Amino acid sequence: MERTETPQPSGSTHTISLLVENKPGVLHRIAGLFSRRGYNIASLTVGPTERAEYSRMTIVVRLSSSPVDQVVRQVQKLVPVVEVRELSPQDLIERELLLAKIRTPERNHAELRALAETYEAVIVDVSPDALVVEASGTAGKLDALEERLRPFGIQELCRSGRIALERGFKTLAPPSLK
Amino acid sequence: MAKEKMTGAKAVLRALEAEGVEVLFGIPGGAILPLYDALYGAERPRHVLVRHEQVGGHAAEGYAHATGKVGVCMGTSGPGATNLVTAIADAYMDSVPMVAITANVSSSLIGTDAFQEADITGITMPITKHNWLVTDVRELPRILKEAFYVARTGRPGPVLVDIPKDVLNAELDFEWPETVEIPGYHPPVREEPRLKDAAQLMRASSRPVVYLGGGVRTADAHKEVFAFAEFLGAPVVTTLHGKGAFPETSPLCLGMFGMHGSRYANYTVQASDLIIALGARFDDRVTGKLSTFAPEAKVIHLDVDPAEISKLVTATVPLVGDLKRLLPQLHEEARRAFADHGRPDLGPWWKRVNEWREKHPLRYRQDPKQPLLPQYVIDTLWKKTGGKAIVTTGVGEHQMFAAQWWKTAEPRTFVTSGGLGTMGFCLPSAIGIQLGRPDALVIGIDGDGSFQMTLQDLATASELKLPIKIFVLNNLFLGMVRQWQELFYEEKYAETPLADLPDLVKLADAYGCLGLRARTPEELDQVIDRALANQDGPTIVDVRIRREEKVYPMVPAGAPLNDMIDGE
Repeated sequence: MERTETPQPSGSTHTISLLVENKPGVLHRIAGLFSRRGYNIASLTVGPTERAEYSRMTIVVRLSSSPVDQVVRQVQKLVPVVEVRELSPQDLIERELLLAKIRTPERNHAELRALAETYEAVIVDVSPDALVVEASGTAGKLDALEERLRPFGIQELCRSGRIALERGFKTLAPPSLK
Repeated sequence: MAKEKMTGAKAVLRALEAEGVEVLFGIPGGAILPLYDALYGAERPRHVLVRHEQVGGHAAEGYAHATGKVGVCMGTSGPGATNLVTAIADAYMDSVPMVAITANVSSSLIGTDAFQEADITGITMPITKHNWLVTDVRELPRILKEAFYVARTGRPGPVLVDIPKDVLNAELDFEWPETVEIPGYHPPVREEPRLKDAAQLMRASSRPVVYLGGGVRTADAHKEVFAFAEFLGAPVVTTLHGKGAFPETSPLCLGMFGMHGSRYANYTVQASDLIIALGARFDDRVTGKLSTFAPEAKVIHLDVDPAEISKLVTATVPLVGDLKRLLPQLHEEARRAFADHGRPDLGPWWKRVNEWREKHPLRYRQDPKQPLLPQYVIDTLWKKTGGKAIVTTGVGEHQMFAAQWWKTAEPRTFVTSGGLGTMGFCLPSAIGIQLGRPDALVIGIDGDGSFQMTLQDLATASELKLPIKIFVLNNLFLGMVRQWQELFYEEKYAETPLADLPDLVKLADAYGCLGLRARTPEELDQVIDRALANQDGPTIVDVRIRREEKVYPMVPAGAPLNDMIDGE
């Protein structure tokens, strides 16, 4: 996902978690719904779950006018969507993965390593004038790391978008699957 | 049911039979050949050959609307499928249960830009409740079962099943599933309906209004609605698709409100302190400017689709569920509340409503020497038939005149394209209605612009000798657009005048239909009699009306609902 410096439209940000049938075209259906109803996707991740027939999506949506309940109800109407819920910020465990390629002379590498350590990041590739940093954590932590890396010269940056689960016993599945 | 070996094509027909499909509308083509081959010589279901897939789609809609059953249409790959798109979108906007079956190119060719290939599942994703591309012939029975189930349950709507040609040809052991299990389809209802809160609002209201939408029809709940409204004794207003939900001949009923509703209906809604919305969705054509809509009203919103609740107007008390099941519960709750604590006195409210009704009636004045007025034409038709007909319309001024002047008394007898507003809807829909209701008098009220969009299917109606009667209110204009040009675009009539073509009487003759023309009230009288008497096939009536007649009253787009303009 490319991150731009352009100001984002004001509004509230919500994390929505979806359990969907693992079938062709499901991503298209969901992305299409968001685009035609004007819901602004900040990030979207999709991947396998504990059951092969279902995938989990985590969508971070930025809303200016529609209430998040309306988004959830519209998404719920899609037939392959088994369950959908907004995850409350208090109960949220969220993670994101960052890879950054830094083009910088070897003399700076030691300083970079120290910085990486502070952020529990690791250097996963080293060549004479570039190295690749890998970090995971909350979006806020990665934003901060990104800011600190910038002066070294970020050549390429890749962030995975947010994945999230709720704390405790609550799960996102209809009763028949629980 | 025992398993039986057959082709995918045959399995489609067996599925249609199992679903009780009586009639399907379609036209053959390359990719769908195997299905037509299987259909050859079959008595059921009855296949109706249309001349354009869009017509097949609208005919399926008309059939579904008038009968309450699922409409079925078919098309071949590529253009056959894309021609269905308008009808599918129309059905989606108006919650019409419909199954569209398309063939696609063979699986091995999909994605290669093959001849007559179109990604119809991709194209129709935003305009179907759901759609399926069948990749394995063994899945056909399950998918078709699911398709019909999804189309007719919940908030009904169109679905599409796309079947590649090789899948139609492949063999399977056919077994019709007994049940449907779609894990994501029926979301669990988490909350108990707040019936007590709703009843409390009803008891506290001195200016209530009952607002009926198309959901009354789709839930088949007109009896429950009637009992509820009679009990409450409140004014009833309807949307365009609410016509038929409540007898407009009842003194409780103020008819349609909204952009072309009556002043008294709009004033009533605007002044109300409680709106009880039943199967309606607060469309922009009924609310006018949203921020000024019914400023003092609390809202009880009962709808089967949770996503409609508080989408546009915040519901004070939302009630999510099936109208037919839930409304009697609300009725009972309110009855108890009224019995225990007394019922509100609606006398002063009715006094105001009736004053508006007397002061601002819908009216027209037909001079016998002057050109026919569309209002007079529809009023005369209504009187001469006793209102005992199923009416369908195209889209435009004639549609709004029909909505204002055709007083609908029975459910499923006013069929129109509301949400999408599809010109050309009338003739196809009339075909579908007449096939679904062979004994009914089917009257189409169309405009000259609208009629010309699908007129090639006069061939279909004529071949089937359907005794439909289409009254084309002919003003040689795209009248509704012209009206907006006159009112809002400084009378610059860009491309709205239509040439006096074709000669509709000759056209009718060319298609083997009875063609008639009326220019005066006297001629109209005779022509209606001749049309009603003709049982041999379709009748097309060219009714020449006053060219500049406009639909009033009118709420200009974006204006408050009670800020109406008149022609006087």
